[in-house]
Amino acid sequence: MNKLMSSLSSLPLRRGLIGAALAGVLVLAGGLAPASAQEHGGTKPHRESWSFAGPFGKYDRAQLQRGFQVFKEVCSSCHSAHLLAFRNLAQPGGPQFSEEQAKVVAEGYQIQDGPNDAGDMFDRPGRLSDHWPSPFPNEQAARASNGGAYPPDFSTLAKARTYEVGFPGFLIDIFTQYQEQGPDYIHALLNGYVDPPEGVTVPEGAHYNAYFPGHAIKMPQPISADQVTYTDGTPQTVDQYSRDVTAFMMWVAEPHLEARKRIGFQVMIFLIIFAGLLYFTKKKVWKAVHDH
Amino acid sequence: MSGHATFEPKNPALKWFESRLPLVGLIHSSFVAYPTPRNLNYWWTFGGILSLMLACQIVSGVVLVMHYTPHVTLAFDSVEHIMRDVSYGWLIRYIHSNGASMFFIAVYIHMFRGLYYGSYKAPREVLWILGCIIYLLMMATAFMGYVLPWGQMSFWGATVITNLFSAFPVVGPTIVEWLWGGFAVDNPTLNRFFSLHYLLPFMIAGVVVLHIWALHVVGQNNPTGVDPKTPKDTVAFTPYATIKDSLGMVVFLIFFAWFLFYIPNYLGHADNYIPANPLVTPAHIVPEWYYLPFYAMLRAIPSKLGGVLTMFSAIIVLFFVPWLDTSKVRSGVYRPLFKQFFWIWVAVCIGLGWLGSKPAEGGYIVAGRILTFWYFAHFLIILPLLGLFEKPKAVPASITEAVLGKKGSAPASVGAQAPQTKG
Repeated sequence: MNKLMSSLSSLPLRRGLIGAALAGVLVLAGGLAPASAQEHGGTKPHRESWSFAGPFGKYDRAQLQRGFQVFKEVCSSCHSAHLLAFRNLAQPGGPQFSEEQAKVVAEGYQIQDGPNDAGDMFDRPGRLSDHWPSPFPNEQAARASNGGAYPPDFSTLAKARTYEVGFPGFLIDIFTQYQEQGPDYIHALLNGYVDPPEGVTVPEGAHYNAYFPGHAIKMPQPISADQVTYTDGTPQTVDQYSRDVTAFMMWVAEPHLEARKRIGFQVMIFLIIFAGLLYFTKKKVWKAVHDH
Repeated sequence: MSGHATFEPKNPALKWFESRLPLVGLIHSSFVAYPTPRNLNYWWTFGGILSLMLACQIVSGVVLVMHYTPHVTLAFDSVEHIMRDVSYGWLIRYIHSNGASMFFIAVYIHMFRGLYYGSYKAPREVLWILGCIIYLLMMATAFMGYVLPWGQMSFWGATVITNLFSAFPVVGPTIVEWLWGGFAVDNPTLNRFFSLHYLLPFMIAGVVVLHIWALHVVGQNNPTGVDPKTPKDTVAFTPYATIKDSLGMVVFLIFFAWFLFYIPNYLGHADNYIPANPLVTPAHIVPEWYYLPFYAMLRAIPSKLGGVLTMFSAIIVLFFVPWLDTSKVRSGVYRPLFKQFFWIWVAVCIGLGWLGSKPAEGGYIVAGRILTFWYFAHFLIILPLLGLFEKPKAVPASITEAVLGKKGSAPASVGAQAPQTKG
């Protein structure tokens, strides 16, 4: 009887049954399913190389400073970044402007304060502790000025955008530590203003973008070559502008990324050594039991 | 489960205390002298890992509450305040958000282990049911926790899940309004979810105490499913299980740290970094990954009430597993057919999880129906029938025989291997 059962559970049959079941599950789930690549209507963004990617990633200071310049001179006329404070510009792990430079930036803006002793609101120059002033007093005003669309706030935007990676890429991303869907999408979007393919018409007031879901985006191409003057000789192309401002947006969304990765490495070293020591201790403790 | 040393303090002060409250003795008998089967593999370390994760979630959660504001206009920005301005706030918040996923990974492994080795069978039915209750409480806690950052997925997830209760006839709409504290998901909802999210972990901790108590009454199961018969079949909890659990925990922490420090947003949704907006529905409302198999079942059934009942039944059926499995053999190791059906069922669960992340359309729904049917068939048809028709392999006479072969369990050597307790 035992022999019968052990032959029943012999490998080929077992593999056969489990394999058939797994194949069945996959066919059911995948084969019958509609092609989902088209469901968002957007083309997959290209994976760019970012200085802040990977286990030892760091922001490129010069890039963040250039990105800030693009944000300040171009984006911030429509987009808010209400969680960004002027003091952040001087903090470690960011563009690391000097405190003096950050103060000068802050003083360039009038911030409403008050009420004063007379009960009136008043404007004063910005301070380091102030947050970035929004270009519009409220969402309705922003929509009214932008053809009904609301320019999203930059505070967390680089983490709030993504695209579907699909199987098996989403599993591989765990090992390659790919977390830059947002920046890749934003970079692609900023470079995605192309002529619509033949037969595609874009609604009035919208613009064709290869990467925007649905392809019709209200934001006109936001930046063109030579619009912002770099002082460090970096090429003044749309591609370069979009890289710089995307890196800046990532920092605004994740200001402690550098500290996170730095501490992460220290924690990993500690845990791996600790695990090694525990492994040998465990071996020694259990040695007496194993042979008796 | 008898024969372990009782704690006898030498220190006079401790003696005085022990005669009034034998607390140290309880700890000693539970976590030092407690006999554990000598053949436990690393799948058994997940109990300890789960205790660690519960403590980790409670401690990080308590600190987060010091900085969080449960109000619809402030919640999102207060979480971002934690991420930006609180010292190591980003670390605490990522520990908590990724910790929830780690908790579920550990609990699923723990449950799969219990199902494979028949840890739910007599006399461990109550132990198993307490575990199912903990799992239910975890699901409720995690769901309410995900609502607190008040992002788009928080809001719409809460809307979808609370609306499920409207499927119940007559009382449905009343239940939903009662859950919401109003006529839509709004500030009262956020406030009560926050309150319950703080309460439930302590209820989990309470049931965990019962779970461990029940465990210590009936003893641990082991890979052979054969109960320990002689002292040789067991080793003392300390140092043997302690050191093995510690290693399991630290290796698990490495896995945790990988997500926490390098891909902290991998397990979340990008949409939850957009503040909640009741006027804009996200393209796909997807729950957290650990609910996806149930979400797939919900959407596989054409009727709303049917879907809700199916989803809840998928968890309720777990409570009855001790009686649905009719096999006399406890461990799956000696059940050749069960083993295969077990892995098929695991594949079905993973398949359902994948389907849950897909839009409910076309072939996905068909696949969802078939896998949902199989999920229930496993418990309601396969498990009862397997016990009747399957010919199990020979089960070893004792744990020691399974480990060392027939020689090792010769009666002459019984007792030679006393647990080396120094406790």
